[in-house]
Amino acid sequence: MMPPAAAPRAPSPAPGGASRRRLIKPGVSLTAQGEPVVWLMGGCLALSLVMILGLLALVLWQGGGTFWPVPVAQMRTVDGASLAGEVTRTERYHPRPEEVDALPPEARQPARAALAAAGGVSIRRLVRTGNFDLTNTHFTWVSDFQIAQESRPEWMLVIERMAWGRFYGTPTALVLDGKPGAQTPGQVWERFQEYHGAARRRWRERRALELHAVGRVNRRLEAGRLELRQVELSHGRASPAYAAQEAALARLQSGMDVEFAALRGKIDALNAENKRYRLRVTAADGREQSIPLADIVRAYPANRLGPWQRLGVYLDRWWEFLSDEPREANSEGGVMPAIFGTVAMTLIMSLFVVPFGVLAALYLREYAKSGPMVSAVRVAINNLAGVPSIVFGVFGLGFFSYIVGVGIDQLFFAPKLPTPTYGTGGLLWAALTLALLTLPVVIVATEEALAAVPNSMREGSYACGASKWQTIERIVLPRALPGIITGVILAMARGAGEVAPLMLVGAVKLAPELPVDTVPPFLHLERSFMHLGFHIFDLGFQSQNSEAAKPMVFTTTLLLIAIVALLNLFAVWLRARLRRRFTAHQF
Amino acid sequence: MPDPTHPADAQRSPEPGSRHADSGARHLEAIARGERVVSDTHAELAVETAVLETSAFQLWYGAAQALHQISMVVPEGKITALIGPSGCGKSTLLRSVNRMNDLIDSVRIAGDMRLRGESIYDPRVNVIELRKRMGMVFQKSNPFPMSIHENVVYPLRIDGVRDRRVLEEVCERSLRGAALWDEAKDRLHQSALGLSGGQQQRLCIARAIAAEPEVLLMDEPCSALDPIATSKIEELMEALRGEYTILIVTHNMQQASRVSDYTAFMYLGRLVEYGPTDRIFTNPHLQATQDYITGRFG
Repeated sequence: MMPPAAAPRAPSPAPGGASRRRLIKPGVSLTAQGEPVVWLMGGCLALSLVMILGLLALVLWQGGGTFWPVPVAQMRTVDGASLAGEVTRTERYHPRPEEVDALPPEARQPARAALAAAGGVSIRRLVRTGNFDLTNTHFTWVSDFQIAQESRPEWMLVIERMAWGRFYGTPTALVLDGKPGAQTPGQVWERFQEYHGAARRRWRERRALELHAVGRVNRRLEAGRLELRQVELSHGRASPAYAAQEAALARLQSGMDVEFAALRGKIDALNAENKRYRLRVTAADGREQSIPLADIVRAYPANRLGPWQRLGVYLDRWWEFLSDEPREANSEGGVMPAIFGTVAMTLIMSLFVVPFGVLAALYLREYAKSGPMVSAVRVAINNLAGVPSIVFGVFGLGFFSYIVGVGIDQLFFAPKLPTPTYGTGGLLWAALTLALLTLPVVIVATEEALAAVPNSMREGSYACGASKWQTIERIVLPRALPGIITGVILAMARGAGEVAPLMLVGAVKLAPELPVDTVPPFLHLERSFMHLGFHIFDLGFQSQNSEAAKPMVFTTTLLLIAIVALLNLFAVWLRARLRRRFTAHQF
Repeated sequence: MPDPTHPADAQRSPEPGSRHADSGARHLEAIARGERVVSDTHAELAVETAVLETSAFQLWYGAAQALHQISMVVPEGKITALIGPSGCGKSTLLRSVNRMNDLIDSVRIAGDMRLRGESIYDPRVNVIELRKRMGMVFQKSNPFPMSIHENVVYPLRIDGVRDRRVLEEVCERSLRGAALWDEAKDRLHQSALGLSGGQQQRLCIARAIAAEPEVLLMDEPCSALDPIATSKIEELMEALRGEYTILIVTHNMQQASRVSDYTAFMYLGRLVEYGPTDRIFTNPHLQATQDYITGRFG
């Protein structure tokens, strides 16, 4: 406080000084409190959250809606044509004058008037018209002024076929042995449901025969030929051993021919039975098409479905997506082989990367004497994490496939040459390449986890007379396990989402066989495989029917995100469980 | 030459005139200057049986010398307290006994220590076997992340003992020995980390005595505990007296005077005075010790 005597002499500086003092008081100053920095940080966080949520929402909305059955609209255009299909997209646009000029003369005036009223803006819709075998197109843009009449016919069926994409049409007859039966659409639909299940079962039976039984015959023949080639390589063509082997192969061939004929007979019988059932459908433009029942994957009267039936179709499509093989150049059907390939590749990768990474980190952290050498190694590992992944792909192809793989082929698979077995991209080389790619993640995470184990615990163990390895095994590793697992899961998530290197070392658009099956040795590490990440790339950029593939891109992305999220959730759960066990209640 | 079996004989008695009022300060200054000041070891120690002896033990952390010419005996069945201001080398000396300092790369030593006449620092000595003959309790309790039972029998487990009966027996005996049995017997297979701080420290004592060590080393075992837990640990040490040879480092002068039989006062890496606790605390030979005990410095 100012002494009272001084107050009359200098009255003005007192309030001024006080206010200045208040301004520079650290508790009040904006910069000193760091208030703007907090706003900045909060803003950045909010922006990141918005972007992440936006991405998730987009993928969820686009991907989740793909399989929802929408009604089928039938449209008659002003020029007299008729089309039907599912509306997939709606947008506002400015039509060019030529589009209106192209209309029949009597329709131009109303169209111009409507356009003028709307300020030159019209609405157009992308209609999935299907019927590719009749129209040579999957999708058609329809502007509002082109439509004379629009309806939703009750019996318009959506038919998903094995080939040629979807068909939209009204059922007119169920043809049994060439004789059409059931006249009204309702009756046809009933008969269709009656026969369809059995036809599909026969179709699946036939496919299984072709895949497995015929495959088995072919494999035995192939093995016989390889044996012959082996004998030729080791004894020469002129040797008696070769002649004996040739005779054996001929016997095998004739035996297999008999077996093959039997199989052929079964397959033909199934085909002949299936040929009896056909569905006759009339498209919106009046053209007829007759579809074999066995070729119909799914059919439903889209405009008659109630909400629950819609949900049924939706779930059925999801199930097909998750459990079936792709068809129509991957834009239809399922992605089961890709899921399988992704998971198998990730697991095999973990099998390689976990022991390697954990042991390397243990040596670095627990045994190696710290010095310039260890620091250099550490820097190198961190740099390895920053190497572009395609570089790893090139290395995998150049080293694993072309050096190691070719060597293996020459040593163990000589009779098959020049067809490569391991000397090309495959599951094993892809897994090894990704193991290299994710090794730094595991090493760094493990090292951090080891460093986080309190030294007092190590000392306690040593004081009990434990050796270094006993201490590591019984105290350090269990305690570091949650952190190590976190690293492993991060590596797995990274590996599961990686695409670029896989394109070089074994991921393919369509793998004829899964890498795991019932044929010994059951796990076929040399086979190429499908991968979800590569599948997304393939759908998005390599597909002929790009409009149909686009929603599948989002659905597959949704699936990939879900798989990675599941992996991460599992990690979080596991870590929480282990943490509770090891570090609860310190005091 | 000092007789290694009777180091006490080797120490000269202090000159009678050494207890002037300012002689304590001068004594400590001499130590600080690095002069070789002879330790004062009381004659009473000569009659004790030595379990552990150090002879002219020296230790360096890199270039810095932490222990200078420490020669002392630790008598069997007695509690010996090491006191002195922070950084005087008490803990370093304690950790040298079971060679925990081996874990630090920069440590160098000279001189020797003997456990029952056998050299501790002989290159042929198996450090792991050596550590099994000693138990150690640390400043901060360090139970392992496993069950109470597993914590206690850890020294046996690493020896490969698998007989459940033996393990259970040892567990009970050790927990009883550490006065933790009644509190822990119903939760032997729960995590040791669920125990309170004091209980955790007693668990560490149980673990340290599980393998029936010849020497129990305690490095400020109560410094992180509240008074009640501290008094429990002190009672426990009372109970262990006679059964175990205990070497304890403590900052708490009252604790040293309460529990120990012998007390060694260290300063700047040197042993200053070492004798029976009641003498050290009531009538020490050196003024420097008196000054430290009464809180005139340090």
